[in-house]
Amino acid sequence: MKERDFARVQEKLNGISRRDFMKFCTVMAASLGLPLADASRLAAAVTAPRRPPVIWIAGQACTGCTESLLRPSHPTLEHLILDLISLDYNETLNAGAGYQAEAAMQASIKENYGKFILVIEGAIPVKDGGVYCMIGGRPFADIVKETADKAAAVIAIGSCASWGGIPAAAPNPTGAMGAPEFLKGKTVVTIPGCPPNAYNFLSTVIHFLTFGKLPALDDKARPRFAYGRLIHENCERRPHFDAGRFAVKFGDEGHRKGYCLYKLGCKGPMTYANCPAILFNDVGSGAWPVGTGHPCFGCTESGVGFTIPLHTQASLKYITPAAGHPPITEQRGSGVSVGAAALVGAVAGAVVGGGAMVLKNLEKEDAAAPKKDEE
Amino acid sequence: MTAPAPLNKTIYTWNFKACAVIAGLAGLFLLWRFFFGIGSVSNMNDGYPWGIWIAYDVVVGTALACGGYAMALLVYVFNKGEYHPLVRPALMTSLFGYTLAGISVMIDLGRYWQAYNIFLPWHSNLHSVMFEVAVCIGTYVMVLWVEFAPTILEKYKAEQLRVRLNRVIFVFIALGILLPTMHQSSLGTMMLMAGYKLSPLWRTGFLPLLFLLTALLMGYAIVMVESFICQAWFKTPSEMPLLSKIAEFIPWLLGVYLLIRLESVNLAGNLALAFNGSLQGNMFLLENALLIAAFVILVQPKNRVRSKMLFLASSAIVLGAALYRIDTYIIGFDPGTGWRYFPSVPELVITLGVVATEGMAYMWVVNKLAVLPKAEHA
Repeated sequence: MKERDFARVQEKLNGISRRDFMKFCTVMAASLGLPLADASRLAAAVTAPRRPPVIWIAGQACTGCTESLLRPSHPTLEHLILDLISLDYNETLNAGAGYQAEAAMQASIKENYGKFILVIEGAIPVKDGGVYCMIGGRPFADIVKETADKAAAVIAIGSCASWGGIPAAAPNPTGAMGAPEFLKGKTVVTIPGCPPNAYNFLSTVIHFLTFGKLPALDDKARPRFAYGRLIHENCERRPHFDAGRFAVKFGDEGHRKGYCLYKLGCKGPMTYANCPAILFNDVGSGAWPVGTGHPCFGCTESGVGFTIPLHTQASLKYITPAAGHPPITEQRGSGVSVGAAALVGAVAGAVVGGGAMVLKNLEKEDAAAPKKDEE
Repeated sequence: MTAPAPLNKTIYTWNFKACAVIAGLAGLFLLWRFFFGIGSVSNMNDGYPWGIWIAYDVVVGTALACGGYAMALLVYVFNKGEYHPLVRPALMTSLFGYTLAGISVMIDLGRYWQAYNIFLPWHSNLHSVMFEVAVCIGTYVMVLWVEFAPTILEKYKAEQLRVRLNRVIFVFIALGILLPTMHQSSLGTMMLMAGYKLSPLWRTGFLPLLFLLTALLMGYAIVMVESFICQAWFKTPSEMPLLSKIAEFIPWLLGVYLLIRLESVNLAGNLALAFNGSLQGNMFLLENALLIAAFVILVQPKNRVRSKMLFLASSAIVLGAALYRIDTYIIGFDPGTGWRYFPSVPELVITLGVVATEGMAYMWVVNKLAVLPKAEHA
């Protein structure tokens, strides 16, 4: 550990000498059963700037986004909330509840004024004074407005927080809206998806921690690294689309063979997301909706997901299936000609006709001598 | 049962003339084939070097001509002399069928002028299935002519020669049973050589046995069909008592065939392929449906004495077994990488010409020689 790093924290440690501090860390490492080399890492951890606090508030949500956050394995949840960030408030993951939890949140906001990251999950209902979503006796809309003003950055996670999602679907009885619309004039990063991929959220947060600024965003305030390409562009079933092989019914031959789901209403051609590239839940290939045989329904795309019916065919932005395809193997030899088919038909007819005539003759014989036959 | 006698009716009937026209047309295409090559008349290609000239004219044709073999087996090996009246017409069909199959091979051979080499022992490749079939069929054609010779000699009153021939004819009869047993099973071995190019619905180690069984089945069935046709056409007397007796053991033969045929596919786990709606699957179903129908008819004793049911059953056997052979040689065969085949019109006409020639020869011979039983009120 460098001399100047220690000087920064010496005062906090009641002015002990650097030599004594290193001795303390070495003893700590030994008592924890760690190799001596880890003493310097402990020293670095203790003296590191405080982990950024994250306040996670949820409105009209199903907690699917939080559930999605629990799934990643690199980093794991405990590494994430204990080492990388300080998740100071999340209604689903909080140990405490009620006034205690609310007080903790207020304390954190006060302590980290202008430094914390605010994550909004769920849509914000504004109709009738926001009475359709109350937390601790206050409308959710008020909490959002109040907290957002004090945050360093605001991230809207999930389709509901991004543009309203399911709660905002017609006829939208609660006047639900997404965070960017609600917090007009403020930069709100959106991580849409139902649920969103946790890695897209984590990468955004870690980008912010590492570089101190938000990643590049597109026109819908989505990080470009995650939402820069159409699903259709990276889909593993794309070759089937290009070759004109489509599933047309659930369970038909094409569906069973893993053909393109475009004709079943897949919204991949009009939805920007990296689902086919990073997949879900770290369980290997095929672990995403299209991979399991269900058409994409456009959850990351405002105006597509929860808006266009599930099985309506997507409009193609710029890629259309080819009208004709060269065969993989050249046809060689010649197939049936009209003349040959007619000739074979005529011969078959003649054989059947001849057979029928013989049969008729035999019927006469059978009828003439029924008694003799029975003997 | 009356002794065989020439029908002595008009040969040049409407039927004969129709056959002559077809044969003439085929003759024209044949000239074309010999002047401009096989490719100019046929759709055969490098993927399907065997078209209908082999699959129908030879593979089905010789099986249809197995009546002589099947009846000889019954009369001479199992010593059932009562079937003797059926031998002569059967032998004659065999003679025509095999002779024309031999001629078809010559049409089908690219360099037919080299064919004599098959019979030169120092050129023989004893490990070749095709060699076995070629020698066997070639020899059998000659044997058939000798077997049928007494009928011809009778006609031309060559008594001395006939008597002399009768002393040694048992050798030819024995050969006439041995040779088809060999080459009919070898016809199956030929497609065993095709390996995985043959669909699993037909590919089995039992191919040679199945081909031998279909040869026998078609042999007996064609004897019946032919008898019924002659009855309708030439007004020959009914042979029902004899045919009913043959019909008694056909279910056994057919049952064994069906058991091996279906179980060999089933045990290999490939029976599901029959129901996938493909051409191959459907042809498999059709082929076996015909044979199962025949089995169901013949297994009931009351049907075996009704000429109508007997005709239906024997026709179903002929069609089903012929289909089995065509399926094995063409429809179940996929040389891969985009090859396809369907016979061209000239190719079909040549095959029809072969059949028409056989019909004409049949009509001529039964009117001139003592082959068919004489009608009682002729």
